This record gives sequence, C-alpha cells and structure tokens, in this order.
Amino acid sequence: MPKKTVYQASIEYVSILDENAEFDESLGKGLIADEVVVDSYERMAVCRHLDEVAFKLQRSGRMGTYPQNKGQEAAAVGTALSLRPGRDWVVPCYRENAALFMMGLPMHYILLYWMGDERGSQIPENVKMTPLSVPIGTHMLHAAGIGYAEKIRKTDNVVATYFGDGATSEGDFHEAMNFASVLQTPTIFVNQNNSWAISVPRSKQMHSETVAQKALAYGMPTIRCDGNDIFAVKYCMDEAVKRARSGGGPSFIECVTYRLGDHTTADDARRYRDPKEVEAWLARDPLIRTRKYLEARKLWDDDKETTLKERAKKIVKEVVATAEGIDKPDVASIFDAMYANIPEEVRLQRDTMRTSSLGKYPEQVGLKGTTQRV
Amino acid sequence: MATLNLVQAINLALQQEMAKDERVIVLGEDVGPNGGVFRVTEGLHAQFGDERVIDTPLAESGIIGTAIGMAMNGLRPVPEIQFDGFLGPAYDQIVNHAARSRSRSRGAVTVPLTIRVPVGGGIHAPELHSDSPEAIYAHSPGIKVVMPTTPYDAKGLLTSAIRDPDPVIFFEPKRVYRSFREEVPEDEYTIPIGEAKVVSEGDDLTVVTWGASLFQCIEALDNAPDDVSIELIDLRTTYPIDMDTIAASVEKTGRCVIVHEAAMTCGLGAEISSRVQERCFLHLEAPVQRVTGFDTLMPYYKLENEYLVDAKRVGMAIRETLAY
Repeated sequence: MPKKTVYQASIEYVSILDENAEFDESLGKGLIADEVVVDSYERMAVCRHLDEVAFKLQRSGRMGTYPQNKGQEAAAVGTALSLRPGRDWVVPCYRENAALFMMGLPMHYILLYWMGDERGSQIPENVKMTPLSVPIGTHMLHAAGIGYAEKIRKTDNVVATYFGDGATSEGDFHEAMNFASVLQTPTIFVNQNNSWAISVPRSKQMHSETVAQKALAYGMPTIRCDGNDIFAVKYCMDEAVKRARSGGGPSFIECVTYRLGDHTTADDARRYRDPKEVEAWLARDPLIRTRKYLEARKLWDDDKETTLKERAKKIVKEVVATAEGIDKPDVASIFDAMYANIPEEVRLQRDTMRTSSLGKYPEQVGLKGTTQRV
Repeated sequence: MATLNLVQAINLALQQEMAKDERVIVLGEDVGPNGGVFRVTEGLHAQFGDERVIDTPLAESGIIGTAIGMAMNGLRPVPEIQFDGFLGPAYDQIVNHAARSRSRSRGAVTVPLTIRVPVGGGIHAPELHSDSPEAIYAHSPGIKVVMPTTPYDAKGLLTSAIRDPDPVIFFEPKRVYRSFREEVPEDEYTIPIGEAKVVSEGDDLTVVTWGASLFQCIEALDNAPDDVSIELIDLRTTYPIDMDTIAASVEKTGRCVIVHEAAMTCGLGAEISSRVQERCFLHLEAPVQRVTGFDTLMPYYKLENEYLVDAKRVGMAIRETLAY
C-alpha cells in the first residue's frame, strides 16, 4: 500500500482592526456596538493606568512584586466581552486584570493581592473566578473540571482560562487540553502569546510555528488572532463561546500579543530583549488602534480623552486608597484559614505562636480572632 | 581570597566545575543570558555557550526529567528550579525516577544530578516563592539533601554535590543570598556531604539548625546571658544527617534545641529529636525542644515575618531548656 495522508490541518488567523487602525468590515461589522467599543477602550485605559500606578507603588516600596499587564489589555477585554458576569467562569493566570474586573472582581482585590494579602484572593461570592494562579500552566486543568461540573448540571455556562505561551510547555497544559477534549467540557483556552516567558523568547520555548496548532493534537477547534485587536479577539471568542454553550466542547484561541513591560517588577527585560522589538510592538498597542477606530467614527475626541485620563486617575486613586486602607490581616488568620474546622493542635499552635515550642505552653500567650472578610 | 556573598560563591563553584569538567551542564528557566532570576548563573552562558547552559522551556518536570536522561548518559547536569514552590511538577521525576534509579537497577543506571533550588521565606516574594520543603526530600530515600547557609560552605558543598555519583538537591536559602559575605578561596575545595559544622563551641546547651534560621540562632546566642555556654551546629546537609556531630555535642551539653523554618509536623526537627533521644538518652538533662514554623501555609508576605522563626522564640527555648 502506498503512503497516504490520514490527517491534514491548517490554522486560520483573524485580524479585523489592524495596527494601522484599518478595519475589516466583512468580519467586523456589527460585531461590537459603538458604545461597547467606547466602554472597552475606557476599560483598557483604566487598566493601563492601574498598571502604571502599581509599578510605581512597587518602586516606592508600597507593594511587592507585581506583573504588569501592559500591552495585553485587548485580549482580556475582547474575551470577557463574550462572557456573562456571575454565570460564566474565568480561571486566570495573572495578566488579564481587565477581564477579571469585567467579571465583577472589585479592582482593589488585585492590588490587595499583590500587596501580600491573601484576602485579595477571597473572591466575592457573586464573582465566578478562581484566584490568580502563580505556578505557571497548572491551573487550566481546573477549567476543565469546572466546565465538567457545569456540563453535568446541564447549564449553558462556560469557562475561560488564560495562560501565556510559556505555560504551554508545562505537562499540565497538555493534560488540561486532553481532559477538556475527552470530556467535551465547555472550556475555552485563551492563550496570551506575548512572546516572552521571563527571558525566554517563544522561539526557544517551542518549535511549533503557532501556539494554536497545539490544539490540533487534541482534536480541539483552534484559531489564531491578533490579540491586540478587541474585534478579532471578540470574533474568535464569540465562536468558541457559542460552541461551548451549545454542547460543542472546548476551543482554543491564540491571541498574539506582546508583553510591553518586564515579566514582573523583579525583572529587567533590558538584559535580554532588543529595544527595537519593543518599539515595534509599542506601535501595535491595542489602545492606540482602538482610539483611532473611535476617532474615525466621531465617537472620540481630545476632550473625551482628557476626561478619561482624569477619570482613570480618580478611579485608580480610590482603588489604591481602598487597598492601602485595609488593615494588616489578623495573625490568627494564618491558622484559622487552614481547615473548615481547625484541628486542636493547630489551634494550640495559634494560641502559643509567640512561645518557644508550639503548643507546649498554652497558658503563656493567647491569640484570639478569626479571618475577617474585607 | 575574595570576599563573596552566597550568590557569588555558588556562581564561582558552578563556573569552576564547568571549566574543569565538560560533562557539567547547567539548565533551567532563564539561566542563560539572563543569568537566572537571582543571577546565580550570571556569566556562565557567555563563557560556556548554548550547548552547556540551556534556557529550557517552562516545564519543571521537563527540566528534571531531561536532566535525569543526561545524567544516565554520562553528563553531570545541574538543573535549576526557579523557586521552592515550583518543585511540585518535578516531584514525580525527582522521587519516582532520580531517587529510585540506582536501587531499582541495582547500580546499572545511575543519576549523578544536582538540583539547585532557592529556598525559604523572608524576601517579600509572591505566593509559592517562600517554601521550605527539605523534609519532603529527606524523607525520600535515594536523594541527598544539602542546605548550606554561608558562602564558604556553599562553594565547597556544591562542588561535592556536582561530583557526587547520586542525585543531590542543593537548597539555597534565598533570604541570605546577598546579606552575608565572607572570604571564599578561589582555589577549588570540597566540603563532604553529610558533615555538620560546629559554628561555635559550648558546654551547656546544643542548638541545631540549618538554612537562613542560622542567623536568628546566632542572634539568640548573642542575646544569651554571658555565663551560658552554647554550642551552635549548622547541619549543612539535611540528608544524610550528621548524627555523630550532634550526638557528641549533646552528650557534652545534655540539652538540645532544634530550630527550623519549615512546618513542625514531620519536619526534620522531629527526626533529629528522635535520634537524640535514641543515642543520648542517659545524657539528657531536659526534653529536646523544637522551634519551628507553624503547621500552616507560609503566609503571603504581609504576615511572613510572623511566621519566620525569630531570635526571641529561639532565646525562650534556650532559657526554658536550660532551666528545666
């Protein structure tokens, strides 16, 4: 028997509002209503300002390590536009703040979290998200499980999980893709391909041409888009969400974007990254093209921009004040949060934590209190 | 002799072993041109190139599993896992492959590998960047676990680890990466794995510790009354445990306090305490006491200083044990 081809595939790429603000009417017409584009632009701008302020807070010693989202706002906003706050889930990494806020997370939670306070992960009950995930590429499995729970409850709720290009190297990523496919869960894998995993460029991270093609191995519908284009992202997300809601299983979306900042405030990208590359991507900033789109349609002008800048400052100032105004957590919370009902020995350790030997001298020091919600 | 901090001493040991033995390969996330997130591998990529200093994909299991294969085939890999909390995905490769290979093949397939891992809290880091998992690996037969605290010890022990025929986890207490300097010989030297160090001699009580807590113990000793003579032991290797040094000391002093940053339950303090009572029972004047972290998560950094063992708690344990 001669050899024959048993499998063939290709990857589609979607771009609607390109870096020169050229708009493809054929795909983009009616995709996002004007007032929603305005709102999306404003959200991206507020998040950008929050990012800048967070960076300064870290530099001035008011906050610990913080990962900037700068440059990736469109992937976050464009995907969240297709989700229903309070019903659909997000399972995030840590570079999609804008999506979390759209799902209902109060903004000060993000700052509180990076200020070293577990209560920043104490997700309010009406917000359907898991806490930020620090160990890279391990949380997407949870999105498969959360999706499965929705599936067997026969809801039409979907789950979006976010992760970078580096995360797709972890074994857990592949296990998540396989589980979601095999169990046909309503899970949407949103890859933010930002080109860098700390100092390692995508070319050293993987030998595949696209990230999107990794989904082919799992028989999962997959697509690549311009991740700095809210229209392209929304277009892909709409298709994926529609598929998931109607029982069509998981999808994969590769959003090609760029990490304009350092990995975190503990990193210095100048050590390993060509400034020319960054410059080229600065021109592809999602905020610039979205503003141009709005201006071309008389939906935006300099006055509105000035007003927005002032509003962003005010919002972020209030968010910072809220986060910084929260008292240091009660020390007892270290212990009380460990179990639903803490074992006697943990209670003893709590009550004797200032003594030499834990639990040995319970009469010496008493610490009382429980974890308080913010 | 140069005065070096812990980062520089480890860097020097790596550089010298790589120059001396072309089988030595460094691999891990960001260890290349970036020099590692703590700059421990700084300059190695420039000196030894892509082939011997590998910026790997972001996959801890992949890093260790690939390093195991290299070690099985005659190389001497020194993988870096970026933070203690990221050892999780590599656990299977470390415990189920590296640790078991020699024994299950009855010596036919061995894994001479040194896994470097920054360890412990106290640097205001994000979640999972401040853990102390040394007991987990000490409890896994087949692996040696080293945790030096001073630059001199680190250079000598890393050299020994790289030359060791078996897998070694080399924990580096990141809290003291740059806070303490001492003279470190540029010439190569080794410190045997499994040999504790008597930091200061004394007759009344023995303090056993390892990792960054060493400095809180020194502070507690400085604050102790002048008429009290305390022997301080830096374990340096947490498996195998140098019980000869500990037992000789406790037989002399009759009293023992063990200090570690990791959680109490099933911590190495429990193992050492048990062995002390087995070997020194008739010499003991007081129960062996542990000063440890709590049986809780390492809290995120607003509360991390509440978690870390401080000199005050060590001092209380010393006073109570002396007064028993």
